[in-house]
Amino acid sequence: MIDKINDTENQKDNFKEKIKNLLTNHIVTVVFAVLCLIGFKASGLTFSFYLNDIITRISRNAFLVLALIIPVLAGMGLNFAIVLGAMAGQAAIIAVAHWGITGWQGILLCAVIAAPLAIIFGYLTGKLLNNTKGQEMITSLILGFFANGIYQMVFLILVGSIIPMKNEELILSTGVGVRTTIDLTGKLKYGLDDIFKLSFPMFVLLFSVALAIYVIFKYHNNRSLKEFNNKKYKAIGVTSLLLITFSIISMNAAGLFQSFGDSSEIARKILLELIMINNVKVPIVTGVLITLLCLFNIFISKTKIGQDFKSVGQDMHIATVSGINSNKIRVIAIVISTVLAAWGQIIYLQNLGTFSTYGSHEQVGMFAIAALLIGGASVTKATIGQALLGTVLFHTLFIVSPLAGRNLFGDPQLGEFFRAFVAYGVIGLSLGMHAWKQQIQARHKL
Amino acid sequence: MKARVKQFIEKFGLPRIIIVGFLIFLSILAAIVEIPFGELIKDSLVRTGMNGVLVLAMVPGILSGVGLNFGLPLGILCGLLGGLISIELNLSGGIGFFAAVLFSIPFAAIVGFGYGWLLNKVKGSEMMVATYVGFSAVSLMSIGWMILPFKSPEMAWPIGKGVRTTISLAGRFDKILNDFATFNIGSITIPTGLILFTLALCGIVWIFLRSKTGVAMKAAGDNPRFAMAAGINVNKHRIIGTILSTILGAIGIIVYSQSFGFLQLYQAPMFMGFAAVAAILIGGATVKKASISNVLIGTFLFQSLLVVALPVANKIMTLGSLAEITRIIVSNGIILYALTQVRGGE
Repeated sequence: MIDKINDTENQKDNFKEKIKNLLTNHIVTVVFAVLCLIGFKASGLTFSFYLNDIITRISRNAFLVLALIIPVLAGMGLNFAIVLGAMAGQAAIIAVAHWGITGWQGILLCAVIAAPLAIIFGYLTGKLLNNTKGQEMITSLILGFFANGIYQMVFLILVGSIIPMKNEELILSTGVGVRTTIDLTGKLKYGLDDIFKLSFPMFVLLFSVALAIYVIFKYHNNRSLKEFNNKKYKAIGVTSLLLITFSIISMNAAGLFQSFGDSSEIARKILLELIMINNVKVPIVTGVLITLLCLFNIFISKTKIGQDFKSVGQDMHIATVSGINSNKIRVIAIVISTVLAAWGQIIYLQNLGTFSTYGSHEQVGMFAIAALLIGGASVTKATIGQALLGTVLFHTLFIVSPLAGRNLFGDPQLGEFFRAFVAYGVIGLSLGMHAWKQQIQARHKL
Repeated sequence: MKARVKQFIEKFGLPRIIIVGFLIFLSILAAIVEIPFGELIKDSLVRTGMNGVLVLAMVPGILSGVGLNFGLPLGILCGLLGGLISIELNLSGGIGFFAAVLFSIPFAAIVGFGYGWLLNKVKGSEMMVATYVGFSAVSLMSIGWMILPFKSPEMAWPIGKGVRTTISLAGRFDKILNDFATFNIGSITIPTGLILFTLALCGIVWIFLRSKTGVAMKAAGDNPRFAMAAGINVNKHRIIGTILSTILGAIGIIVYSQSFGFLQLYQAPMFMGFAAVAAILIGGATVKKASISNVLIGTFLFQSLLVVALPVANKIMTLGSLAEITRIIVSNGIILYALTQVRGGE
């Protein structure tokens, strides 16, 4: 009896502890989630509209955010120099748009051309960062600005005058310099997204069926094992069943609306929303690429080189003493990050469809980093889950803040400024917190 | 001879030699395409004076050990606020200018204190944190410009809320320093007031650095452990350095604006810190050492480069953006070089 009471009390404490931990360790994420909820409410958007937007934005952006993870593992902090990767991607897109190759073949060619460029940029970045150990982030930030100058020099002055290129659609009327905005409609736009699309409920159905099969399979294989984590798989199983029900209902929402549509106001609203959700499309190929990148990140952390990243990240000195070539490992980490960023930018621009030649890459690094940090990552630790969660939250704020600003203050511009403040503020805050923690640790060591 | 050349390069710094070389090259080009030289020298002088105080704001920061002050926009925002208050009170002329300076100083002192406290908490990552503190402050203040209750018709939008993006200083304190006691040498007009004001502030900083507090501050920045052992409160002196830097930033932007003729609000101050950082580095400062001569030489070199590059570029290629591109490459390139010197080869 007493044991039982103690147990429940323990559980209560445990629960409290958990909540406390959640709040202290994930304060940025929690605050963000709350902000997003308030913003969503204030914007007055419908859920189906939001869903459509957020799916587009995740498929557009997740790749770039995921490109940041490996340098963090290697202890180099957040790689603000993914801007260089984005430039490589854009250079490839300009070339391919010039040659007039369209559709997925064009995208593939872009990826092939961008990769060697990104490898060279990444190598040079890595070399530079090895010369500025301890100041990697500020160096990579400034490097991004510096590269922007070189990029402008190449595409505004050299193209057409030294690099021969004649194309009325791409080059300014003076014959020198690439136009400020390039329209990819009918060329590379949706080259990847349009290969194969599914409606959102169908996507959820397939996804949850796959999940259910996975759970059954796992359960079947591990039934005899004592330490088999039953709870986790039960939770996944229940979730997948719920998702299956949701998708089947929403697929038949039109029929249900005819029979129940008049019964009550709430049912009417929900069913209408579900009908709208049927129109939301998920770009499967892009999604598969993002999944592959996640798997690649998991895979690489289990190989020899992944272990090397981690040891260099934990203590460069010890890693070097134990025979790892730290400098080489760091260069490799940055090269991978830069190449991924180049591909990420290609995915981003094929979805956006128009790109501003001299502006599209400028904020790539900042937005990706803000997204990652909002997901709960820090300068020394970042996971795939954090990257994805952060992308969702950050872009939710993007979708809702102009509308919320207009509804709350009568001015959409205010929402824009608030968003910029949040992006910069989150980065500043996270970097500050990190430095502060380090200072405290250093003091404890003394 | 070879060793001497090598020594000279080492002492003078390779990027500085490149920049001086580039400047000489541009000047020769300017002479060839027949751009009036007097005009160029006049512009260089004006722009040196215009930017000098902003660059000077780097000195206390560097010497007190917080590194390059990428958080300069904080001071700039305080200066802009002071300028707006001066206009709101309907002051003009010299009184308007000095009122703007006076109003901005208390704001800058308070902000600088908080900023210095923050930088003490994040030792080792000051530059990175400062950069983002600057960026976020500019965005936050953009909201501020929209909701602060400024009523003067010169500033407020005729419809809607908030103050204008650029506010003309015509009839207020436009060129009040530039036009003070000007005289001509040949065709060159010397902006006496501007230069005197900048030099006076340089002098004040120079004297401060030789005062007891100044020496203690330099010691705290130079070798914190040694300073601590000598009984100097390192954190306190870092805060003093930051406050001074922020105040100079505030005065700097007012000097800049009166010469430019406009107050630029909203996103404009975002990257002003970078230009100032680049200028002092071109003048020969490092992340740990800076002097008044670095400020003057650096500002003059950097601004002359931009002044000469623009007309030359226009004459040769009709591409106005070349000067802007030069600015981006030179300023960020020099910052990168300085960063590699911090702990290079470790």
